[in-house]
Amino acid sequence: MAKMSLDDLRKLRASTKSEIERRETDGKTMQIVVGMGTCGIAAGAKETLDAFIKAAESKNIASNVIIRQTGCMGFCANEPTVEVLAPDMPAVIYGNVNTAVASEIVEKHLIGKALLDKQILDRPSIDILKK
Amino acid sequence: MHYTICDLLADLTQNAVEADASKVTVEFLETDTELKVYIRDNGKGMDAETLKRVSDPFFTDGIKHPNRKVGLGIPFLIQTTTETGGEWNIDSVPNKGTTVFARFDLINIDTPPIGDVVGFFRQILLFNSTIPEYDLEIIRKKQGKLNCSYKIMRTELIEALGSINDVQALSLMRTYLESLESAE
Repeated sequence: MAKMSLDDLRKLRASTKSEIERRETDGKTMQIVVGMGTCGIAAGAKETLDAFIKAAESKNIASNVIIRQTGCMGFCANEPTVEVLAPDMPAVIYGNVNTAVASEIVEKHLIGKALLDKQILDRPSIDILKK
Repeated sequence: MHYTICDLLADLTQNAVEADASKVTVEFLETDTELKVYIRDNGKGMDAETLKRVSDPFFTDGIKHPNRKVGLGIPFLIQTTTETGGEWNIDSVPNKGTTVFARFDLINIDTPPIGDVVGFFRQILLFNSTIPEYDLEIIRKKQGKLNCSYKIMRTELIEALGSINDVQALSLMRTYLESLESAE
């Protein structure tokens, strides 16, 4: 692969962006927040993050999905944990999100608008919330 | 121990970002036999007393986990390097910053695999800071069977991509980083 320059990156971004904008999208953004504290990192949250990126791309919703990293949400025993915020859906924290579950979340929760009941945790642990 | 060296480094880089630094530099210097990493920040630093305590797995700054008493990042660094023929060092000056140094012996049978370097760079580029002027610099050098040498600045990437949080930007970021890794 040839080394890209920042300018190459800029141009690639501009061209892929306009392509997406031409397609019909409802323009509503969905947000995925991946817990990336020590516990998350140790449990493979990076792979989970990579899986979300791949899945969102393959389902063609890449420009509508925002991914952020956060610290520990308090569910260290259930890492990787992920908070999913999508329009028309309740805010949910999922636990034990491995790469397979990540793909499922994109397919069933983001696109299918259905909750993955078995994976739901709750809100951040009370003792973690800043007072 | 973390599964890969990159996981360990992501953890330590987070410390640097959370130290209210406006500039964090990660130097990743790899040869076929050795990996040297410097994580420098110009954040709040630690006094001598705190510096002594960070190697304690039950010591944490009280801010990250208000009610929990576990801080494993640096203990993992110490364990991983000392048990695999590597070395570690932390220099810190209050209100000036901290430098974490680690050297890993890649030949040692117990040394964890390096891991996904490009994924690691992307992961640390995504760390956010409350400091408005915050920037992250990654200096990467590889010498040996494969060679490459490059520098990345987070602010430049954000300028080129417009934003770095949507999936498309993240995907393009990976493509860009992978192209930089390719042999010279």
